[in-house]
Amino acid sequence: MPLQQKHLLGLEGVSAEDISLILDTATTFREILDRPIPKVPTLRGLTVVNLFYEASTRTRISFELAEKRLSADSVNFTTSTSSVKKGETLKDTIRNIEAMKIDMVVVRHQAAGVPRFLTQCVDAAIINAGDGMHEHPTQALLDMFTLREKFAKLQGLRVAIIGDISHSRVAGSNIRGLKAMGAEVMLCGPKTLIPRDVEKFGVQVTYDVEDAIAWADVLNVLRIQLERQEAGLFPTLREYHAEFGITQQRLERAKKDITIMHPGPINRGVELDADVADAEYSVILNQVTNGVAVRMAVLYLLSGNEESVS
Amino acid sequence: MEIKVKAKVIDQEGLQRTISRLALEIVERNHGVANIAIVGVRTRGAFIAERVVKRIQETEKHKVPFGILDITLYRDDFRKRLRQPLVQVTDIPFEINDIHVILVDDVLFTGRTSRAALDALMDFGRPSSIQLAVLVDRGHRELPIHADYIGKAIPTSIGEEVQVRLMETDGEDCVLLVEAPKEVN
Repeated sequence: MPLQQKHLLGLEGVSAEDISLILDTATTFREILDRPIPKVPTLRGLTVVNLFYEASTRTRISFELAEKRLSADSVNFTTSTSSVKKGETLKDTIRNIEAMKIDMVVVRHQAAGVPRFLTQCVDAAIINAGDGMHEHPTQALLDMFTLREKFAKLQGLRVAIIGDISHSRVAGSNIRGLKAMGAEVMLCGPKTLIPRDVEKFGVQVTYDVEDAIAWADVLNVLRIQLERQEAGLFPTLREYHAEFGITQQRLERAKKDITIMHPGPINRGVELDADVADAEYSVILNQVTNGVAVRMAVLYLLSGNEESVS
Repeated sequence: MEIKVKAKVIDQEGLQRTISRLALEIVERNHGVANIAIVGVRTRGAFIAERVVKRIQETEKHKVPFGILDITLYRDDFRKRLRQPLVQVTDIPFEINDIHVILVDDVLFTGRTSRAALDALMDFGRPSSIQLAVLVDRGHRELPIHADYIGKAIPTSIGEEVQVRLMETDGEDCVLLVEAPKEVN
């Protein structure tokens, strides 16, 4: 069964079968990364543009490596060095880039919905690398891949997502993906950072981090964006750390094995203590390695099946 | 879809004998098993390779490294195929540098699969040599590739197809000559 999507705009509406196919394919690609020559000729002749309107280290490098490992040609576009500075519109930029014969676009943008908008402008397959506060599907896929690697299955797994849920596209995609795969999800954070209508996703909510730790097998700790404090959504970083920070002490009190994830970049000492981030039960660096394999799987699966979808 | 069988070219016992002979030839040509490894091409090549390894280990009382190669990502028709093939894991749990690798496949036809397998194998290192063993050679090569060990050479016409059926995948052991199904697309 090929992938039932032409683009990857988000995990909303993506079936468990499709998610499983991506994760299974990623398992194959994970093995390639350990080879003496970690490269296969599969996507030779395919050109991918990485269109990044927003700062990114991990995701951009990860996509770029994934493209190179599959032998695709890739071109990078960052706003700081492009004609966007001269006032070119998004639609003009993308149509000009497509006129140079490209097959796929990886896009990150500060506005939600940009990837979907691009699908109406060009024929190329679009992959969302994070759009505003909407979705970041490859991050959620690599999180699920990492969990499946550790726990063998996602069904019934208890995942607590801790932090700024309202503004997090990582949370947005993880909730949808994990629910589709049959995992249980709990959200935890300050009231001001949890959306009011969130129960419609079938998740639990708690405002006490100790409750979340007691309940969960896995903590996916989100980054606290410093500009949220300026907006007055929580008093100080110190207070956030005191109320919601994941510390060794809190974990020890729970008296059980727990797995720690973080999408990066970490604010050490704010949402996550340094010794927790570096502990042996933290899979943060596995997430990064697996990210390349998962993105290879997405590129591969979206590259070959135009006929089967339309 | 109904497939018209023209002949049973190898039966169950014949298949066992053929695999035994392939195993013996591999040992003979390499003067033992000290420096060899067997790698099967997914899907049926891997099962044939596994049987060859078993046979060799029975006679030689010596362990032979065994690996499985998935060549999907190296195919030259990848971008042309309508249905995207499912990629499976390659599993070569040993160093292939400076050893003789015997690549095992079920049917040698155009040679394109073997070409892809050679490329895939080379990405794992630099073996002393690569030898090719196939259960059936049906001719019609499109690339300059030949097999070092051939179970059975079956002259075929282009409208025919050779089907290797194995217990592990198809519930029976035999090789059939069938009329090629008409292209659907």
